[in-house]
Amino acid sequence: MSAAAESPLLRVRGLARHYGAIVGCRAVSFDLWPGEVLGVVGESGSGKSTLLNCLSGRLGLTVGTVEFDMRGRGLTDLAALSEAERRMLMRTDWGFVFQSPREGLRMNVSAGANIGERLMAVGARHYGAIRAEAADWLEKVEFDLARIDHMPETFSGGMQQRVQIARTLVTRPRLVFMDEPTGGLDVSVQARLLDLVRALVEELRLAAIVVTHDLAVARLITHRLMVMRGGAVVETGLTDQLLDDPHHPYTQLLVSSVLQP
Amino acid sequence: MLQTEGLKKSFLLHTQDGVRLDVLRGVNLEARAGECLALHGPSGSGKSSLMRCLYGNYRAESGRILVRHDGREVDIAAAAPREILAVRRTTMGYVSQFLRAVPRVPALDIVAAPLRSAGVAAADARARAGAMLERLNIPSRLWPLAPATFSGGEQQRVNVARGLLADFPILLLDEPTSALDARNREVVAAMIREKAEAGCAVVGIFHDAEVRDAVADRLFEMKAGKVGA
Repeated sequence: MSAAAESPLLRVRGLARHYGAIVGCRAVSFDLWPGEVLGVVGESGSGKSTLLNCLSGRLGLTVGTVEFDMRGRGLTDLAALSEAERRMLMRTDWGFVFQSPREGLRMNVSAGANIGERLMAVGARHYGAIRAEAADWLEKVEFDLARIDHMPETFSGGMQQRVQIARTLVTRPRLVFMDEPTGGLDVSVQARLLDLVRALVEELRLAAIVVTHDLAVARLITHRLMVMRGGAVVETGLTDQLLDDPHHPYTQLLVSSVLQP
Repeated sequence: MLQTEGLKKSFLLHTQDGVRLDVLRGVNLEARAGECLALHGPSGSGKSSLMRCLYGNYRAESGRILVRHDGREVDIAAAAPREILAVRRTTMGYVSQFLRAVPRVPALDIVAAPLRSAGVAAADARARAGAMLERLNIPSRLWPLAPATFSGGEQQRVNVARGLLADFPILLLDEPTSALDARNREVVAAMIREKAEAGCAVVGIFHDAEVRDAVADRLFEMKAGKVGA
């Protein structure tokens, strides 16, 4: 089998995170392969965000391992990385798209500078080249270039989210974490942005982990789903399988509860 | 190309008092390259469920679904998600009964999308998508528009165009002509015949007897509650 030679990008085994006596998430194991978009769905409080934060190193694990396929090193236990190595990973191979653009953007520097900053963090120095690349990415996310020098404060939520996505992707990360990427947006903006995310992920062969409570969002942009409840994964599978043929009682409840406009 | 052995499928509805529905009870089906096989049987006999199992959309309970993919045999009933995705990307196409697309995306891009995923350049994919839409009598002024406002027949033709554009060795068609007028039914029927004659294994559900007679080489009979052949 040709796929056997390839290694997963991320390997998670027996991950748990407790907050004192309270379980954030437990017994989570999965492999994520290059080019795959994994959705994590479940109601609020089900442990989705805890899991995402554990995976991305923003939160420590209580038990378990998270390994990432580091360039030139292969699968490496993230707990064994130094702080500097972890920060480098955050700036290069990983990207994070937050629900609120305010968390992912610097609000007091221009759209262009927000993108340029991430490039400079990985060593780019030529102003003209940085600006050209920033403009290129703003175009990719369908952002009006006339506003490249404006501050994010003056943008709509949808525009801010586009800038955040451009800023995240400019270093060509191999793995992107997204926490409710369209959660705070008007439905009118959501659809276009989702299609954009879907197209970029495909074009760049990105792997992504997307946390969402919106099953319609999950159907549009993810390949596989993990359904969480009470901190545990109750069902996994192809996205369309889980949504069209859910097996677990909780998944069936979740799917049958969605309003169809 | 495509073969099932003892394929069973039932649904256990936890939210509805644990009712159990047995829809497929051991299906043995074989679709060969270059032939069009029509699933035939009354409403409720499990035709659509069978189609969805073949595509890996419904999870088979037991039995095997063997597909020739990339020079080897893949069992859809047991394959890992990413293997099923790989099969869908290059080997097996599926035309659902209704168009499901991201809102506000132009019809032309929706049709071109499968070619794009298969790695065809944007301009080329769009040109081929345009030619397909042209043949299906979707006027070019509609191409830049999102299909949400199209008529049922137009939406179905966009869906058919999308499904038939790429050259998949296996094609699954769930009622591809149900909302079409006579002229467009003929166009779609001709396209299906061309696919089969080009060596594609086609499995379809065609309620319209005229279309079925025009495209099918063979019928696969299905009876309510008891399926096999």
